[in-house]
Parts: sequence; C-alpha cells; structure tokens
Amino acid sequence: MAAALFVVLSSFLLPADGYKVGDKVMIFNLKNVDNKMVALGHDATAKGYIVVITCNTCPVAQAYEQRIIDLNKTYAPKGYPVIAINANDSNRSPGDSFVEMQDRAKNSKYQFPYLLDETQEVAKTYGARSTPTAYVVKREGNDYILAYHGAIDNNSNDASSANVHYVSQAVNALLANKPVEITTAKAIGCGIKWKM
Amino acid sequence: MVKIKQLIVLFSFFLCLGYTAMGQNVQVIKYPALEKMFKQSKDTVLIVNFWATWCKPCIEELPYFENISKKYEGTKVKVVLINLDVVKDLTTKVKPFVGKNNIRSSDIYLLDEPDYNSWIDKVSADWSGSLPFTLIVGSDNKIRKTFEEPLTESQLEKEIQPFIKL
Repeated sequence: MAAALFVVLSSFLLPADGYKVGDKVMIFNLKNVDNKMVALGHDATAKGYIVVITCNTCPVAQAYEQRIIDLNKTYAPKGYPVIAINANDSNRSPGDSFVEMQDRAKNSKYQFPYLLDETQEVAKTYGARSTPTAYVVKREGNDYILAYHGAIDNNSNDASSANVHYVSQAVNALLANKPVEITTAKAIGCGIKWKM
Repeated sequence: MVKIKQLIVLFSFFLCLGYTAMGQNVQVIKYPALEKMFKQSKDTVLIVNFWATWCKPCIEELPYFENISKKYEGTKVKVVLINLDVVKDLTTKVKPFVGKNNIRSSDIYLLDEPDYNSWIDKVSADWSGSLPFTLIVGSDNKIRKTFEEPLTESQLEKEIQPFIKL
C-alpha cells in the first residue's frame, strides 16, 4: 500500500527496457576474439544459448568469470553453450579493448566465443545495463525466445554461498521441458560504459 | 621489560582510538534498517547514494555528495552513503577508503545484503542493480527520484531543489 502512495518520477538517460521473457530476441553477428564473426544460432545443434553480457574490468564480472566458464562446461554438451559479449566503450574503459579481450580469453582459456559489441546495439536492444547480465534463450525454429534474464546466481561475492542458481535453474527447466520458475533476477553490477 | 611492553600496548591502544576518532564510523546494516531510514525521514530530504570502492564512477562522484552534505549541514537535507562492498572488506578496504578521502559529513553505512534480488526492487523498481545509483527521498517519504548514472555536483544541486521547495 505504502508503495502505491509514492509518486515515482522517471529516471532519465536510461537505455530502453529491453526484452521481456517470451520475446523473440535479435539475431546478432559480432566479431569474436579470433577475428571471425559469430552469430546467435551459429551452432545448428544448439537447443539455445546462455548469452552473458560481461567485460574484462568489472570486479563483479571477474568474480563470475569462473562460473561462466563452468556454465559452458556443464551446458554446452547439453545443447546450451555460452556466448560472452563485451559492450563497454574502450575509450572510456581501455581495459575492455578488443586486444584486452583477446588476452583475457586466451589467459582464462575460454572455450566459448567472446564477442565485441562495438556499436553497443546488442547490449541496448537486449536491455543490459550492467555487467554481468545473463540471457537464456531457447531455439524455436529459426528464432530464439527469451526464457530468463538477469543475475547468474544470488551471491556474486562467493560462489559457494550462492543457493539460488538462476541461470542453471532456467536451463535445467528448459532441458526438462518444464516452465522456468524464476524468469528474472536483479543484482549489483558495473554500469555498462556507453559511448558518450 | 614488562612495563615497557605494557606501555607499548597502551600506546598502540590510544593510537588506534585516535584513528577511529579521526575516520568516519562505517556501520554495518541490514535492509530493514535502510527501510526504516526512508520511513523516518519525515521532514528531511534524503539523498541516498549506493556505491562501492571497486566502482570507479562511484568514487569519482563521492566528493560531490560530500560537498552537498557540507553545504546543507544544519538544514533538512541529509546525505546517506550506502556502501555495497563485501562485509569482510570493511576494515581492510572501506574504512581506509573513507578515512583517506576524508568523508566526514555524510552518514556512511555498509549494507550487508549479498542476496541483491531480495531488496533492489524494494529500493526502486526502476533500478537494474547497476552502480552508481542515487535516490532522492522527499520529506514525508512521498516523492522519490532515481538516477542510475553518475551525477555531477551541479546536477545534484539542481535535482534536490524541487525537493527542498516542496
């Protein structure tokens, strides 16, 4: 009730709200760290994807790096590989340049694409505001439908203390042909460095 | 020998006391305490800034909040800084940061609620969780305005004016 009494004035300068669960998502085609282009749907055998908008520099993204690697290890063989995307403007955040992305992918032995969203169109269209933000999409014919978006789990500081694994639960439900129970969750993250 | 040891211990004790008195106290709170703060703002305009020591744009804008806090000291405008570092970093990172940057005027709390999804929407449904985030709560807790972006001092000054005039 109290909440209803608030007159909430709108914030400004925010990107559009992005996709809602059930929406058909945009098929992107971006440059990977190996200089080849990778599109959503590049793997014809995939049942869907775990798309993570992340970056090199954000401490929260760094805290989740191993968990993103592990998600790919667990779910790529089951048909839900990871695609990581960095959208930060490298002028504002030099540590997120394409060369730095290549270094990170090599040093951390990424077994999944790490793409540069240079125009920031994907991050904007998907509605990402902070890193890391995950999107679980399910293939339906040639389309990809959003099933979950938001945090990876409920403890960014400590993987072993997390007790709700949002992304895993969503993918497990899709694999079992069950409805995804938690379709979105928020978490503290670093604001995406938009081009000025 | 024993006496010298005791003296050293005593001396270090006072040295520590001195540091505590010099640095701002950073109290660790849970979400209900924050909610209570909003509800009890009554005749005061609250400027609540969510930040972390690891968030670069947050650190850049902190001095603006501190300046506003100093400027409005003794008025019905209060600046509250909510730190979102991990609680285990309180003495190693947060307190030294606050001391080094001489943040004295604003109230500072570390919000120890790592399950973010359980409270972010309660602060504001408009907030994605991206830092920095600022919330202005009008007196009577009726009007709120949110900013999911860094602010400059002049922006901040401009944004609080309508709240003061209400």
